Amino acid sequence: MPSYVNPEKCDGCKALEKTACQYICPNDLMVLDKEQMKAYNQEPDMCWECYSCVKICPQGAIEMRGYVDFVPLGAQCTPMRGTDAIMWTIKFRNGKILRFKFPIRTTPWGSIQPFEGFPEPKVDDLKNNLLAGEPQILDMDKLPEVKKKA
Amino acid sequence: MAVEVYKNIETYKPEDVEDVTVETDILIVGGGFSGCGAAYEAAYWAKAAGLKVTLVEKAAIERSGAVAQGLSAINTYLGLSGRAQQVGDKPNTIEDYVRYVTLDMMGIAREDLVADYARHVDGTVHLFEKWGLPIWKDENGKYVREGRWQVMIHGESYKPIIAEAAKMALGEENIIERVFITHLLMDKNDPQRVAGAVGFSVREPKFYIFKAKAVILATGGATLLFRPRSTGEGMGRIWYAVFNTGSGYAMAIEAGAHTCQMEHRFIPARFKDGYGPVGAWFLLFKSVATNAYDEVYIEKKETIAEYKPYADAVPTPTPLRNHQMLVELMEGRGPILMRTEWAIKKLSEEGKDLKKLINEAWEDFLDMTVSQALLWAALNIEPEKVPSEIMTAEPYMMGSHSGCAGLWVCGPEDLMPEEYKKLFPLCYNRMTTIKGLFAVGDCSGANPHKFSSGSFTEGRIAGKEAVRYVVEQNPTPEIDEAKVQELKKKIFQPMVTYEQFKGASTREDINPNYIFPKQALWRLQKIMDEYAAGASMWYKTNEKMLKIALERLQMLKEDMEKLAARNLHELMRCWEMWHRVIVAEAHVQHMLYRQETRWPGYYYRTDYPKLDDENWKCFVVGRRNPETGEWELQKVPYIQIVDWQL
Ligand SMILES: Cc1cc2nc3c(=O)[nH]c(=O)nc-3n(C[C@H](O)[C@H](O)[C@H](O)COP(=O)(O)OP(=O)(O)OC[C@H]3O[C@@H](n4cnc5c(N)ncnc54)[C@H](O)[C@@H]3O)c2cc1C
Ligand code: SF4
Ligand code: SF4
Repeated sequence: MPSYVNPEKCDGCKALEKTACQYICPNDLMVLDKEQMKAYNQEPDMCWECYSCVKICPQGAIEMRGYVDFVPLGAQCTPMRGTDAIMWTIKFRNGKILRFKFPIRTTPWGSIQPFEGFPEPKVDDLKNNLLAGEPQILDMDKLPEVKKKA
Repeated sequence: MAVEVYKNIETYKPEDVEDVTVETDILIVGGGFSGCGAAYEAAYWAKAAGLKVTLVEKAAIERSGAVAQGLSAINTYLGLSGRAQQVGDKPNTIEDYVRYVTLDMMGIAREDLVADYARHVDGTVHLFEKWGLPIWKDENGKYVREGRWQVMIHGESYKPIIAEAAKMALGEENIIERVFITHLLMDKNDPQRVAGAVGFSVREPKFYIFKAKAVILATGGATLLFRPRSTGEGMGRIWYAVFNTGSGYAMAIEAGAHTCQMEHRFIPARFKDGYGPVGAWFLLFKSVATNAYDEVYIEKKETIAEYKPYADAVPTPTPLRNHQMLVELMEGRGPILMRTEWAIKKLSEEGKDLKKLINEAWEDFLDMTVSQALLWAALNIEPEKVPSEIMTAEPYMMGSHSGCAGLWVCGPEDLMPEEYKKLFPLCYNRMTTIKGLFAVGDCSGANPHKFSSGSFTEGRIAGKEAVRYVVEQNPTPEIDEAKVQELKKKIFQPMVTYEQFKGASTREDINPNYIFPKQALWRLQKIMDEYAAGASMWYKTNEKMLKIALERLQMLKEDMEKLAARNLHELMRCWEMWHRVIVAEAHVQHMLYRQETRWPGYYYRTDYPKLDDENWKCFVVGRRNPETGEWELQKVPYIQIVDWQL
């Protein structure tokens, strides 16, 4: 449902290095109007409603207005994304409210050590079928065999 | 709908755009799941070989591609080491997996490629868990199965976690974001060898020239080739990621690589309009779907009897399940309903906690298709009380889901049969028929069902092989600078066209000298929908219709020489359109060639309504001759490689 920006909340990310919504949108839709210092969605019919902009906006300025084609007005899904969980508030058209909290990550952000515990790669090993960290990361002592049709 | 009225009009002449040259050993195009997998693995081996790896992405990898909003399940996990719950009475095997995938494709899949990613995929999932992806566990600490091959996750941050791993492995300095790649560059001295790629920044007037010894295409599949069911504001709310526009297919086709199974498309049946996932409902909650009269229509085996032996497969192949649904709709027994209220009632009668079930139902949407949750809320739908409609979507081209369109790629030495080797000038796993050019994820054909974990895995396979290729072949690619400058001129031409003609009418969008990319998109979608088996035609076509499609596509291409762009964003839309049109043409050419109806429920050749194993149990491999633009198509036999029985 196309995202829209609440002009009262958006501050153009002026204190930040980059405009958060513009940085994140996978379809290059969010633009900063530099005169007004407000962001807007430049092509609402190409919005996938992925909520990436909503989740990243530091001001909570971005919301969704369901596509007029098929979404009756009045409902809302509002995320609050923390470091290890996300909370959702769902407002129905008839006013009913639901709240949910789901985990998003079990380790601290920025903590990934991609090849931790793996042996140093060797050019000679390029020829075999084992990928980085295999077979240990498979919990196996060798690559599983494929039984071929006789 | 009207064309955008841009507040930010900013055009550039090609001569005012700065050239940025990046020299690297391995270039990865696209930083989605398969691109991140390639980056991860290539970074590891490149260290040993002293090579440089660069990833270029049109968006920001933190949230780019099909997994932008997250996922609620990992759809490919075999669980060979026993970390997951067991479904059924025997532990999973690679052979069972290959059987399942081949049958879902109605008897044809590249079993060498499928078995290859299957033997590695568990390790990928273990890495994801180690990095911090929350996988559901049962009371015994086993991964919770959604179905036999899937595991449930709390996947809102799936993409940011995977992107973090790719960044840590590759180094942020080797990741270039917001650059849209338009063309591959071929070697000046060997036109069958790749030498790099070009594209432009969508943020600043910069033209990028990448010189590389190997290129890995990881740009996902293709959307919006067909008129979607929602054509207004909701055009972007298609099921598949609207950001993927067939770039990898198109660039490889233009370079003369071989395509395979490009006649195939994926038509998901999903919750109507919001396209929310149905997997958890069918598999985890054991829900059924009915027609309007409470009939469980999948039990009507007579509707698919003519498609034996595939109709007898368990589970019923995805296209046949679509077919059964379409029969109900065409015979007037719609709407089709997911009986969420029955499923929840039954599960709570069996002692499951009702609150927990409702929680899980909403999380399934909120983790991966928020708009479906919004639609439920807007329609006051409480799944425990009322059913929800499901519907078949518009067609998408993709090679990682229940779709197998893509490029013809090489398999692993130990599994690929001689018969498949013929078209490859060099054998490196996942290399296309162009030397140095690899394809992974949705771009690699005839090995479907990879999903997120398998796509990352296929990226890893190609990442390692690309390093091996560079080390062993030590190519010294040379690019033709004059050709590159010609390309630059062509790429920025839409801005020149706009400036030249913009005054010719009092309305910017109605001008006899140019069209905007959105307008070309409408034309493409109408052609494909009406002549090439789109949703409004109930996915039916025949030779005569397909030939009209080709004629109209040709005229569209001629008109697209007059595309106009008012800013860099719209310039990207112009090149996305070129990619879509090339893919659309490939799709039609392939459909024209396959004279049978192999995948009823995905599309029907009404002039050849039967599934014809005798003549068509084979792959269709195509190639567009880059010199003449002519398509050449051929059959390559399907070969059963893995030991499984029907
Ligand atoms: C709605 C939906 C639900 C799904 N559900 C599940 C699920 O529950 N479980 C599961 O395991 N899998 C699921 N999948 C499948 C999974 O998302 C895909 O299999 C996987 O993302 C494919 O990886 P990829 O790298 O091919 O494409 P993507 O991950 O989409 O990546 C493609 C990348 O290429 C970039 N790109 C495209 N064109 C260019 C260009 N010209 N220049 C530069 N960059 C470019 C894009 O921005 C993007 O980052 C789902 C997919 C969809 C669409
Ligand atoms: S992220 Fe939020 S505050 Fe920043 S520019 Fe966008 S809408 Fe405004
Ligand atoms: S919801 Fe997603 S696609 Fe739409 S503007 Fe926001 S980030 Fe972009």
